[in-house]
Formats: sequence, C-alpha cells, structure tokens
Amino acid sequence: MGAWKTIWTIARRELTAYFISPVAYVFLVIFLLLTGFFTFTVGAFFERGEASLASFFVWHPWLYLVLVPAVGMRVWSEERRAGTIELLLTMPVATWQAILAKFLASWVFLAIALALTFPVVLTVNYLGSPDNGVIVAGYLGSLLLAGAYLAISCMTSAMTRNQVVAFILAVVICLFLILCGFAPVTGLMTRWASPALVDTVAAFSVVTHFNGFERGVIDTRDLLYFFSVIGYALFATGVIIRSHRAG
Amino acid sequence: MIRIDHLVKLFGAKRAVDDVSFVVERGEVLGFLGPNGAGKSTTMRMITGFIPPSGGKITVGGHDIAVSPLEAKRLIGYLPENAAAYPDMTVNGFLEFMAALRGLDGAARRKAVQRVVELCFLSSVLKQTIDTLSKGYRHRTCLAQALIHDPQVLVLDEPTDGLDPNQKHEVRNLIRELGKTKAVVFSTHILEEVDAACTRAIIIDRGRVVANGTPDELRGMSEIAGAVTLRASGADIAQMQRKLAQLPAVVHCEALRGSVRAYPRDKRLSGELTHVIVELAAREGWRIEQLRTEEGHLDEVFRRITLPDTEKTRRAA
Repeated sequence: MGAWKTIWTIARRELTAYFISPVAYVFLVIFLLLTGFFTFTVGAFFERGEASLASFFVWHPWLYLVLVPAVGMRVWSEERRAGTIELLLTMPVATWQAILAKFLASWVFLAIALALTFPVVLTVNYLGSPDNGVIVAGYLGSLLLAGAYLAISCMTSAMTRNQVVAFILAVVICLFLILCGFAPVTGLMTRWASPALVDTVAAFSVVTHFNGFERGVIDTRDLLYFFSVIGYALFATGVIIRSHRAG
Repeated sequence: MIRIDHLVKLFGAKRAVDDVSFVVERGEVLGFLGPNGAGKSTTMRMITGFIPPSGGKITVGGHDIAVSPLEAKRLIGYLPENAAAYPDMTVNGFLEFMAALRGLDGAARRKAVQRVVELCFLSSVLKQTIDTLSKGYRHRTCLAQALIHDPQVLVLDEPTDGLDPNQKHEVRNLIRELGKTKAVVFSTHILEEVDAACTRAIIIDRGRVVANGTPDELRGMSEIAGAVTLRASGADIAQMQRKLAQLPAVVHCEALRGSVRAYPRDKRLSGELTHVIVELAAREGWRIEQLRTEEGHLDEVFRRITLPDTEKTRRAA
C-alpha cells in the first residue's frame, strides 16, 4: 500500500473522530464567537471606517494561542492513554506517516474552522471595496500560523499521556513564539540587549512573520519560517515517539 | 515463521528480557507462560516491532523486524495487552479502518470484516461504539482486528484475559483452530490454557527462558510425575506404605489420606511400577479400588521454576 494511501486512511479516521465527538462543534462555536467578538467589539471593526480585515487577523496569534493547543493536545496523548498507539504502530505504518497523517487531519479541521469565518469577508465586501488579495494573503498566513502552533501542540502531545500537561506546554511554547517578537517585549529588550540580538530573537517570532501576511505580502522567508517550524516540530514528535518506544 | 535469537531488552539497568531465543513454525501454537512482569509483553512488543530490542535479532517470515519492519508487520496480526481500541469508533468503523490500514479495499474489505465478525461473534454489537462495550466484547473486537488480514503469524497478548468461562473456551478453540495453519504465539498466566490450546510452551521468569517443551514434557518435570497412587482395602495405610517402600523399583513412598503414593526410582519406568504394585497387591490380598499413574501438574512445575526467584526479589525488597 502506498505511503499516501496510508496517510489518507489515518487522516480520514482522525478527522472523522473530531466530528463524531462534541469537541469539533464546541471548538467551532467558540472559535467563531471569539473571532466575532474580537473583530467587531474589541477590534472596533466598524469604528475604524476602513474596508480591511486588519482587526480580524490581528487577533489570530492570540486566539490560536489557546484554541490550537486545545485541538492538538489530544493527537498523541489520547493515543498513548488509550493504548491504541501500540495498535497503530504495529500496523504496516511508518511512524512518520502516522505523524504526518494526524497533523494534516487536525490542520484540515482548523482550516474548516477558519473557512467558516467567511461571513466576515462577505461583510467587508458588502460595506466597502477591500483589497481581496490582502485578505487571501491574511487567510494563508493565518492558516500557516495555525499549522505552526498545531505542530508544536502535536509535539507536546507526544511527550505526555496527560492532555492538560500537553496543553499547557504547547501554550507556553507558543506564547514564547509570540512574545519574542511582540513590540512591548522587544522594546523592553532593547534597553539591555544589542539591536542584533533583539532582531535575532524577534526573527523567531510568529508575529514578525505573520505581519507580512496581514499586510498582504507573501514573502518566501515567512513561508520558509512557518514550514520550518512545522517541519521541526513534527520531526521532534518523531524523535519523542521513538524514544518512548525505546524505553 | 518467527525466529528469535538472543533477544535482550534493557529498561535502564533492568534486564526485562535476557537472552531469549526460540522459533515458532507454521502449525505451532506456542504458549508463553510466566509470572507478571516476567517479560512476556515486552517480548511480544519486540516481535511486533512496537519497541526496538536492545540486542539480538527477530525475523518474521524471513524479514528482520529491524531492517524491513513494514514487510514483517504485514505478516503479523497482533492483539496487544488490554485490547486497546479507539473508544469513540463503532465496532464496524474500527474494523473497516484496520482493514484499510492493511491495504484491503472495497469488496475484499467488506468480506474481511464480515469474516472476522462471524469468527469473533460480533454481529450483535457492530453499530455500537467501542467505549460502550463490555470487556469481553472489546477484547473480541481487538482480536477480530488481529485476524482481519488472515495473517500468517499471530501474536496474542493474554487473549483470554477478562473473558467469561464460555468466551475463554471459544477463544481457546479458535486459537487451536488457527494454529493449524499459522504460527501463533500467545501469552497467558492461566496454566489450563496450555493444555487447551498449545502445542508447545515456554516458561519465562525475570526475562529468561526457564523451560521450553510440549505440555506433556513440562508436566513430566513435575516431582510427582510418574508416581503411582494406590487406594486399596485389605490392609491399613501404614502397612501398605511399608510394603511398597520395600519394593526395589520404589525410591520413596508416602501415605496420603486413604491412599499411598509410590515414587519410582526412574520416572520412565512408572509403567513397570504399576505392574509390580498390582502383583504385590495380589500377593498380599489387597483389593485395589483405585490405581493411578500421576502425569504431573503444570502449576506445580510453574511454581517450582518461578517461585524461588520471586521469593528472592520479595525478600530483597
């Protein structure tokens, strides 16, 4: 059986598992309520008087900080807690195939959640004439951002059979990735660190790389950043799973 | 089909599996016995490729599990300890999924699912989710999963654990039936299963193989194997014991409640001993009510082989 067919089989099961449990629906409702709340109320969408989704995307790094680890925390810890990891990894399935399949399934789920925010695009198009290219770039960036957080959550999920621990670890790591490029933090750092160091640390931040997408710029370096975070976290997941099995 | 050479597994400083070697051919059912924590599950997890060995070599159907794991895994059906299964899936959905992972599609998959559902008596719970199943059904669902691709090699970790006596009986019969055409390894700590299903048994204790043979051979290692027990009237027990002890073929004779037991000088000559005792009884005018050659007890062998070590660890702790 081809590797991709195996991946597709596992990914389909994972995605179905979201929708046969209440998790998916609770997540979707909360995600949509929160994006709405932050965009229109906190982000002052109407008061801004501009036809853009800036007040929509600007919250994503923070929203995802809590919501994406909530999706990713069960990916491996659940499998370990139920013992099904033993079943899955004694099938003719390579570990990387299982890791990739589970990641992709959860990413597709997050993409569905993100796609369901389409009314906000319709709204802004109804009220004015925004640059839809910028909006597409924003969505792409948001999806990549979710993917990066999700890969990190998969990694922490592989570390423990306790979902709460996986969740907290993922939030802390993702928070670090936000804060190291967050203006108040970089401002604080410039007081004692050299500008080169501040720039280096900030270069690790998701915010720095997400900003480009928000402005409608799709930069190869930003793409490379998100894909390398995803790649690195998934590789680390493989190492962690292998080390657990080695005992 | 399964060839294990000097298998070692270390967990830290602990040798969980210590130089285990054995071979299982097609048509054999190997019972894997041992006290809890003896290394049974660890060995099975290494055979199925779930955990890598610290040393030694495992080949399944000629494929080295360390070199070509996917080829080896294709040949194996595995029932893990505790019969894990995805709790939120239905029995049917779960079996379909496992069949798909085995590369079965369309009509072949439907047929495979149908076959194992019948084999494991699951038709009444097909639409139920696994977390609503009783332990027996969950166990059989996981067993069905192991059989779905009609594997040449079956590795079953405590397949009868948590089943009621009827289900145990069914599963043992199933294992014996499957063992005619496949290589089967199953672990248990229920000794009667060795007789019920195995062609050969291995006893392992603290990671080491301490006995390996057919159920009869293992029983023969029992101290009372070959002894002849006599119940007769016509003399009191003490007198019978004295007379029997004087026989040259008898090394030792003990009095039991209502009967006496004579141990032969050589276990292989217990048939002779029976003749000698019958002749003696005729000479002395005893009326034989019961005469029995002891085959030995597996549990006695098991205890004798494994207990001293467990005692030692208990004392050390």
